[in-house]
Amino acid sequence: MEQITEPTEHRPVGDQEVKSRGPLDWLVTNAARILISLFVPIVTFIGLYAGFIFLRDSSAPKGVVAVVAIIWGVGGVAALYLVSNWLVEKLNDEWRAKIQPFVFVGPAVAILFVYLLYPTVATLRLSLFDRNGEIFVGLQNYIEIFTNRSMFVAFRNNILLWIPFGALFTVVLGLLIAVLADRSKYERTAKALIFMPMAISMVGAAVIWNMIYDTNPNIGMLNWLYTGITGNDPVAWTASNQPWNNLFLVVVMIWLQTGFAMVLFSAAIKGIPSDITEAARVDGATEVQVFFRIMIPYIRGTIITVTTTVVIFTLKIFDVVQVMTGGQFDTQVIATQFYREYFTTRNSGLATAIAIVLLITVIPVMIYNLKQFGETEAF
Amino acid sequence: MTAQTATKKKRRISWGAIFVNVVLVLVVLAWSIPTFGLLVSSFRSRFDIQTSGWWTIFPHQEWVTVAEFTPGEEVDRDGVMTFEGVSGTFEELRAGIKDGSTQVIWIGNKRIGKVVVQQKEWTAGNHDFTLENYQTVLGGKTFQIQQPDGSTLTVQGDNFVNAFLNSLIVSIPATVIPILIAAFAAYGFAWMRFPGRKVLFIIVVALLVVPLQIALVPILKLYVGLDLNGTFLGIWLAHTGFGLPLATYLLFNYISTLPREILESAFIDGASHFTIFMRLVLPLSVPALASFAIFQFLWVWNDYLIALIFIGSKPDVQVLTQRIAEMVGSRGNDWQVLTAGAFISMLVPLIVFFSLQRFFVRGLMAGSVKG
Amino acid sequence: MKRRIFLLLTLALLASFVLAACGGAAEPTAAPAAAPAAEEPTMAAEEPTMAAEEPTMAAEEPTEEAMAEEPMEDHGDMTSVGASAEGAASVGLTCLADAYNGQMQGTVVSMNGPFTDEDQVKFESSVKAFEDATGIDIQYEGSKEFEASIGVRFEAGDAPDIVDFPQPGLMATFARQGKIVPATDLVPDSWLSQNYLQSWRDMGTVDGTEYGLWQRFNAKSLVWYPKKAFEAAGYEVPTTWEELQTLQDQIVSDGDTPWCVGIESGAATGWPATDWTEEFMLRTTSLDNYDAWVAGELPFSSPEVKNAIETFANIWNDDAMVYGGTPAIVTTFFGDSPTPMFEDPPGCWLHKQGNFITSFFPEGSTYGEDYGVFYLPGVDPEYGSPFLVAGDVMAATEDRPEVCAVMQYFSTGEGIRGWLAAGGALGMQKDVQLDWYGSQLEADIAALVADATSVRFDGSDLMPGAVGSGSFWKGMTDYFSGAADLDTVLAEIDASWPQQ
Repeated sequence: MEQITEPTEHRPVGDQEVKSRGPLDWLVTNAARILISLFVPIVTFIGLYAGFIFLRDSSAPKGVVAVVAIIWGVGGVAALYLVSNWLVEKLNDEWRAKIQPFVFVGPAVAILFVYLLYPTVATLRLSLFDRNGEIFVGLQNYIEIFTNRSMFVAFRNNILLWIPFGALFTVVLGLLIAVLADRSKYERTAKALIFMPMAISMVGAAVIWNMIYDTNPNIGMLNWLYTGITGNDPVAWTASNQPWNNLFLVVVMIWLQTGFAMVLFSAAIKGIPSDITEAARVDGATEVQVFFRIMIPYIRGTIITVTTTVVIFTLKIFDVVQVMTGGQFDTQVIATQFYREYFTTRNSGLATAIAIVLLITVIPVMIYNLKQFGETEAF
Repeated sequence: MTAQTATKKKRRISWGAIFVNVVLVLVVLAWSIPTFGLLVSSFRSRFDIQTSGWWTIFPHQEWVTVAEFTPGEEVDRDGVMTFEGVSGTFEELRAGIKDGSTQVIWIGNKRIGKVVVQQKEWTAGNHDFTLENYQTVLGGKTFQIQQPDGSTLTVQGDNFVNAFLNSLIVSIPATVIPILIAAFAAYGFAWMRFPGRKVLFIIVVALLVVPLQIALVPILKLYVGLDLNGTFLGIWLAHTGFGLPLATYLLFNYISTLPREILESAFIDGASHFTIFMRLVLPLSVPALASFAIFQFLWVWNDYLIALIFIGSKPDVQVLTQRIAEMVGSRGNDWQVLTAGAFISMLVPLIVFFSLQRFFVRGLMAGSVKG
Repeated sequence: MKRRIFLLLTLALLASFVLAACGGAAEPTAAPAAAPAAEEPTMAAEEPTMAAEEPTMAAEEPTEEAMAEEPMEDHGDMTSVGASAEGAASVGLTCLADAYNGQMQGTVVSMNGPFTDEDQVKFESSVKAFEDATGIDIQYEGSKEFEASIGVRFEAGDAPDIVDFPQPGLMATFARQGKIVPATDLVPDSWLSQNYLQSWRDMGTVDGTEYGLWQRFNAKSLVWYPKKAFEAAGYEVPTTWEELQTLQDQIVSDGDTPWCVGIESGAATGWPATDWTEEFMLRTTSLDNYDAWVAGELPFSSPEVKNAIETFANIWNDDAMVYGGTPAIVTTFFGDSPTPMFEDPPGCWLHKQGNFITSFFPEGSTYGEDYGVFYLPGVDPEYGSPFLVAGDVMAATEDRPEVCAVMQYFSTGEGIRGWLAAGGALGMQKDVQLDWYGSQLEADIAALVADATSVRFDGSDLMPGAVGSGSFWKGMTDYFSGAADLDTVLAEIDASWPQQ
């Protein structure tokens, strides 16, 4: 056991403190940081890789291979965190303070750099080139995006229809259900049923929603109700009355994603110490007051997180549109346009430019999150 | 619920409980209708699904044929016809002439049509339910292939067991590994100070929005170089990479809001970051870990494209989504298997949900603040 | 000790990461390349067609020689050349002969394609005899997102040995990137010209090099009808456009809707409408105009194209002519659309679709009883009776001997024989014998194709992907859903044609 005398000494070294040392020291520190960041992923990788070659070549029954593979994979990652921490904790205090954060965040950052950041940078580069990625065309692709009618419709759908309706309803309904379920005896059943759509694969969901929206009132439930009640002719819900047909796709997304918001809100609500809410109730606060004065402030962080995530999901919405209408009938969104340009038209310049625009649209959301992040205080 | 308060308050609470439950039931019902429709459809044949609504299995009033006959040649189909004391033109008869609870209706065209007398009766639907869709998904299809020599070869399609196991092999590590890595990272971002903290964090959040399709080519290229394509390791790492931004972001949100006092007192007691993380932060974050685990598992389980790119769709490695998608046929001719397939593939995510749901318990934090 | 190993491994891996990253960084220029036609993958369905860069589909030739399934006299009683070493050697297929002589035992050839399930079983059982005889293991991998995955695999250098392209346009993309081995490097030119019509060979040619090898095709210009009820009602199969119109009107005046039409197909919604457009282009204007249209030289907004669309739009836009009325067209899944034809009594009487549609017909329905098929008659006698077809082209990415052997095998009728027997495919190789077809239906269709005065390839698949599987589908959908008028739609399609 090490003896840490004063908590103050445990404060991490600030940026200035590090910079005040010599350049050599700076170099060594950062080299060590990078190394330790890579240590876990790489050693894990090698260990897993060796294990897998072994597994691949073995002729054990599938079940055995499955169990071994799972233990091998999960155990390997866990063990290597233990080892690298054990190594770092052998160091003296100063070095440990410098290095240890990178044992924690390094592997994640390293993996993200390889799997997402590097492809993103490559994408940025390609977005300045022509459809075959050969000739530099500058901002031509971006100009194309903002002058194309089809893209304009996609932006309109994403920003004016999907985000306000889809994201809003998902978050509000998720919160509402989480709060109500928390007060109900049937919490588990209710939550399971709301969650269930998430578990249905997108293709399964498409089958049932296509059936609900079917134009034939003998098959399409919505038209069966509509023609039965109003006596009007059946309506092609996802095709006619543009742009409002988009909202019928938004409904599918809300149906699928509310479970997501609900689960996260539910977890957060469970984290509210019950003595606080009980105390308020004993003091005569109404349920509505408890909700707005205690719960909402307490889970504010979760609300921001869930909203951010759902907004980003909604910006990236793809499956629902692709499977239901394929972006026809003016229901295209940014991601389906990207997919179309990337895989169908094979216009890599335009496709990658769309991906970059998608990244740019999320900047406001990120600025807000950065502000939140600035408020957290590390040790 | 604290019931030992005054009667007046008790009544208010119970009214509140009723309100809560009624609203909840309504929302849950609305949410379950599509799922239920899919469930009913999964027990019906494709022809039934295509010709009548699933809700007709409920008791409803329906026209039931009590008599039918084919009008002879002598009937002038272009004039006014009289059957069973009801007369009308072809168009009127085709639409059905109603008289109270009976109607006379012409079914079919003028040439091969028939006249049917129907009565409105309550029926629970005379539907043929079938397990065929489930049998197809679980047991595989049987193909009769005619050979050039005239003989018939019977080929039994793959059943779902192998694909199911592959899905498990892919999903479990692809869920646990990112959570582990993200939990460390989230703690690092939340409670450790280091240069680049802000920049790295914002990169993590920004990567949330990257469409993963752009990563497929570079990653596969890397895998081809490392001979990683077609391995489970490759797909675990791919899912880890694609799931990490959200995992880190969600867990950061939770871990950063843990009460500072708890961690401070642990430091005073001489615990290291690692100890605090393992002994304190992880157990306290169980609800967040459990909720992310549910989502990550779901996405991996339901993923089709990533699995197709990184491990392919050969029978020995293909996952359940691929198996089911293939059963639909080259042109989607057997789409009805998707109904049963959806429920079969839903079972495991639901088990995961139910088993992890018990971690959403109240009072974790309350206990630890005091302790 | 242990730590040292870790260190060594770490260093080694670091190095390989760096190398891989550099290697990776150097290349993405070659990323999503050239033009053409990929279909949007969909959950439910794909257009069962294909495309070619050179729209010079055969068949100005007299019909007797035009189509492949016409038995060639000189092959009359001969054992098929693709079935033995001697046969293969006799026509110069040396790789194939070597394979039959057992020189490639234990080798593996990987294949990718868009067909799955029953088609995959049929394919695998049809190459079984070849695999047994040669010891070559053909590992086929089918997927529903073929267009997306094959693109990624090609770009990442993970392409299979042989790819089955449902569209030659997609193949052309990779051929131009130099990722495909020309078919003529693998299969002797003399044999190709002996066993294929020149027009098929032209369609496998990209920028002057013949890359693709055609393996099978499907027929499009077919109208299906409920045979039993049709005969009971006293209707007769129309052989001219006038007779077809009379029949339509008769069905309407008998109180029914003649046609079942559905063009919904997920992301590919609209494609059946492009087939109809092509059918009527062939029937209302000259073949030269058709070819010019497909090549992008005759604009969509030209009177010829507009007239072709209007010819069938007269039917589609008439609620009395289409089951469920015009609004149902765009929302009815193409595969489900013929179902009402099988109700008793039928809800509709006519359905135009390619021969694959039988896999959507209700289980247990049989050809010749429950349904029959006739050729969609020509409109203007001046343009004869043209036939619209589509097909699958094989392309190799490697020139290993076993890949060569498999490609040579596919170039012979023997390579498709098992599939013909199993049903669901038509072969264009000249040494295919009519009696190889396992079902009467396919034999009849082959005969119908042989009766055609001209044959043309699916135009939308010949056009660049941005049009052929993009704006063309979307435009037709917009028009029939009432979102835009025909002139607007046609102008938009013209505008979407990529300027290269």
